[in-house]
Amino acid sequence: MGGSGTYSVLVEVRLRPGIADPQGATIERALPALGLDGVAGVRAGKSFRFEIAADDEASALERSTVVADRVLANPVIEESTVTVTGPADA
Amino acid sequence: MAPRIGVVVFPGTNCEHDAAVAVERLGGRAELLWHGDPTVGGVDAVVIPGGFAHGDYLRPGAIARFSPVMEAVGEYAAAGGPVVGICNGFQVLTEAGLLPGALQKNQGLRFVCAAAGLRVETDRSVLTAGVEPGTVLSVPINHFEGNYTCDADTLSALRDEDRVVLRYVDNPNGSVDDIAGVCNEGRNVVGLMPHPERASDPLLGSADGVVLLEALLASAAGTTAARVA
Repeated sequence: MGGSGTYSVLVEVRLRPGIADPQGATIERALPALGLDGVAGVRAGKSFRFEIAADDEASALERSTVVADRVLANPVIEESTVTVTGPADA
Repeated sequence: MAPRIGVVVFPGTNCEHDAAVAVERLGGRAELLWHGDPTVGGVDAVVIPGGFAHGDYLRPGAIARFSPVMEAVGEYAAAGGPVVGICNGFQVLTEAGLLPGALQKNQGLRFVCAAAGLRVETDRSVLTAGVEPGTVLSVPINHFEGNYTCDADTLSALRDEDRVVLRYVDNPNGSVDDIAGVCNEGRNVVGLMPHPERASDPLLGSADGVVLLEALLASAAGTTAARVA
């Protein structure tokens, strides 16, 4: 468990399973035209990186999860994964 | 007295003057409400018009919902005030949690700009009161992210509670159950992707949006009367 410092955060946002993904479907349909066969299940998403100052890793994760749930993802159609590393200056 | 219609302006909103002109030609008084002001200024109805609030960054409506005016709009809606979100305004209302569901990228990733046939499904909303259910209107749509999406439970609730306000005659964007507009449980908050203000004069190609705007003005006038009484 890291101590006080600046943590690096990666938030990956993707559509919930079962929610149609027009972007992923279009990419998937385009691939064979480029000669790239055998690719299935393409899902498009977004990733965000930021830094957060926190007293420890648990607090960094908790607050980053609030950022992900309240702002970065729309929970109606999206879900997110939060990964915290650091602290850089410990 | 003419009902006062507040038209919310975010940075990137671009349909506020169209909405204001359409409302004024029908006898309302339009007032622009700046997104940074934490009040709706005592208006009789609120319109959140189309455009690209805050550049549509992150997701359409995702940043706009944190604007100070939206807290006031939320309180106004909770108190029963009529609120209508058009296009980007619909996206803002879903992001703000004032309406269920979300607006996804269109099926086929096509930006659609066309006249759409709309069927009025209920007259129990501030935007359709007095309009015969089954009426078909021709109203323009102009969007990339108008593909209405919600989970199965929400869809059942919308159907069972008669909260699907408008459906497309010919689904242009992949919206679930052909939904073009929905309302909240109180029926005073309505969101729709089509632009009634762009169908408010025969010169624009259609005046079919007038019945919807007139219904909103009547709802607004009703609030005024209630306040006076």
